Amino acid sequence: MNVSRITVSLLLVLWAASPVRFVHSAEEPLAITIGSKSFTESVILGEMLAHLARLAGIRVNHQKQLGGTRVLWNALISGEIDAYPEYTGTLMQETLVSENLLTEAQLGQTLATRGLRMTRPLGFNNTYAIGMQKKLADQLKLRTISDLREQPALVLGFGNEFMDRADGWPGLRQRYQLPHRNVRGLDHDLAYRGIESGALHVTDLYVTDAEIVYYDLRALKDDLQYFPVYNAVILYRADLEQRAPEVVALFKRLAGRIDATTMRELNGRVKLQDEAESVVAASFLEDNLKLDIRFQSHTAWQRFWRHTREHMLLVGISLVAAIVVAIPLGILATRRQRIGHFVLGITGIVQTIPSLALFVFLIPLLGIGGPPAIVALFLYSLLPIVRNTHAGLRDIAPAITESALALGLPSQARLRIVELPLATRAILAGIKTSAVINVGTATLAALIGAGGYGQPILTGIRLDDIGLILQGAIPAAVLALLVQGVFELIERRVLPRGLRSRENGRKEAIFTDSN
Amino acid sequence: MLTLSRVSKRYNDTMALAPTDLQVSSGETTVLIGPSGCGKSTLLRLIVGLSQPNSGTITLEGAALTPNNLLQMRQRMGYVIQEGGLFPHLTVRDNVIVMARYLQCDADWIAHRFAELAQLVHLPLELMGRFPAELSGGQRQRVSLMRALMLDPQLLLLDEPLGALDPMIRYELQRELKSIFAQLGKTVIMVTHDIAEAAFFGHTLVLMRDGHIVQTGSLKMLARKPAEPFVEKFITAQREPMEQLAKVLG
Repeated sequence: MNVSRITVSLLLVLWAASPVRFVHSAEEPLAITIGSKSFTESVILGEMLAHLARLAGIRVNHQKQLGGTRVLWNALISGEIDAYPEYTGTLMQETLVSENLLTEAQLGQTLATRGLRMTRPLGFNNTYAIGMQKKLADQLKLRTISDLREQPALVLGFGNEFMDRADGWPGLRQRYQLPHRNVRGLDHDLAYRGIESGALHVTDLYVTDAEIVYYDLRALKDDLQYFPVYNAVILYRADLEQRAPEVVALFKRLAGRIDATTMRELNGRVKLQDEAESVVAASFLEDNLKLDIRFQSHTAWQRFWRHTREHMLLVGISLVAAIVVAIPLGILATRRQRIGHFVLGITGIVQTIPSLALFVFLIPLLGIGGPPAIVALFLYSLLPIVRNTHAGLRDIAPAITESALALGLPSQARLRIVELPLATRAILAGIKTSAVINVGTATLAALIGAGGYGQPILTGIRLDDIGLILQGAIPAAVLALLVQGVFELIERRVLPRGLRSRENGRKEAIFTDSN
Repeated sequence: MLTLSRVSKRYNDTMALAPTDLQVSSGETTVLIGPSGCGKSTLLRLIVGLSQPNSGTITLEGAALTPNNLLQMRQRMGYVIQEGGLFPHLTVRDNVIVMARYLQCDADWIAHRFAELAQLVHLPLELMGRFPAELSGGQRQRVSLMRALMLDPQLLLLDEPLGALDPMIRYELQRELKSIFAQLGKTVIMVTHDIAEAAFFGHTLVLMRDGHIVQTGSLKMLARKPAEPFVEKFITAQREPMEQLAKVLG
């Protein structure tokens, strides 16, 4: 009958049953972690690296589609990942822009001072291009980016990263003196759909995007040579050469082997022909490097179970911890008014931080993967429980609290025997709200490598595959309903019988009448 | 038995109770009466320790009430309020024995005492498993009285115990309550604003206005020798409708 006892035992069960280890040490000699960015090309290259490492007999963990360059760079520096595919232009123009690097040789030296290395270029320059539908371009007689100046009414939509980076839209607008006012930031993969539907006219492209052919787009000529060279390289930690020299040797064999046409083709096989990244990566290695790649691909069910386990673990740990912390905080807030204002204020402010931002804030402290995701979800789950506990306790009729006082019950006993049972319904309502928010927000945790149902959603958005998005979205919705159902059941168990029935108006009067 | 000396209470700028002296003798029923906001409920709440006086001392059987001994002192008093203040999530039985159980009293003693009180307040045993919401107003007040009497307190405090009941039930319960007080021989302090009820119960009436005690004594004394014109006015105001009624019926 006691909420705190139930939550504590839930916590223990979850810990004991947890099948996934979130924290993996970078020191372990025979396992390495590969990272990749959240677009197809990076995932394919990441899969190649994973295959190569496996070929060398090393256990590999591939943290796919992490949210953004900054996340990967920090993870590499801190040793949470050992290697990831990167572009020289991104490093020189964005990540290390303050170093004013002019050549790739200088870049190599700067990386070395940070304990990092890069391979020679893989063979393609995946620079940005500015593209639009060929038909529209012909109609408006547009051939170069300079020509855009004459068409200020066009709607421009750029990938979020391009929109913000110094070497993206802000620099482009300045160099070409572009007058457009209707400029939006959106997901890169959604931009193509916008172009196709006509909602957008101009977007940023990557030279190796498979969609250039598919959507019949034209890349406008960069007549002022604005875009720098984005040679693809493999970026890895220098210590990998000691820990796994054979892996580094294999990585280096990729150099000069992938030209732009090949890369566009590989991207097309994944994005347009629905082949798995790992299959495409393996067939490339077999055909071009004459390597014998064997790998076990996971079935849809195995993936589903993994995502389910990861998601439940994220939700379970963060929610149980939130319950254990928030109920006492709510009690404290009721007992001490000043602390109450403070606690409600702080938890309220946490709630206003956008979830992705909070995830990313926590990366420097906790790295990537489960821990920062769990902490963020924990923080988000606090407010509804604290607020409802506070409201539930405060709304008890004065006649009842004073009767408990007048009986001579000490404070602890009043809380246990009278106040908490009467606030049960409010507290459980808060927990249910938290649980539903938690399950939904946990889908974003995939962006920082924590897995869960966000993983298929993320992949689905990247591949424009509604089916894949639903594979994440539907289980997440079902899980939210299930978690809510579990708490309905708990409510039926712990809610005192005298409070259950509410049909009778007279019963209401007893809770609300103040004397 | 109970002595208040120079006890006062202030809420922000309002003087709820001016420095007040009061003596309550053992075994008597004292009724605090007066118009709304006169300080009668404040006085009762100070005695049971629900609010702390700004000045003065309250002594029960020679022991002064302090914030430190409040919990023990409250166990020597029983307190009943208008709506009963019963815990809606506990059954009648649990409401009555909650404190005895907390104090880990002997189970047989609890069962015995409970049965005794049920008989005293005329509450049928089949109601004992019900929740307060499933009882009538009069039944709830009986339960509330049982709860107040459970630990056999020296002092029984009632704050408008019958105020929320309809007239028929109120009339019936008044008579029962009086006979219960007589059987128990307890010291009782009751708050009411109804002069007829006060006269019915009280050995001593304490008439209050604006945080002051205006006059203390029997109804007869208040009516014959009013200390202020207010006393006369207060009694007449409540008597007149009765006489009108008597005329109509007569």
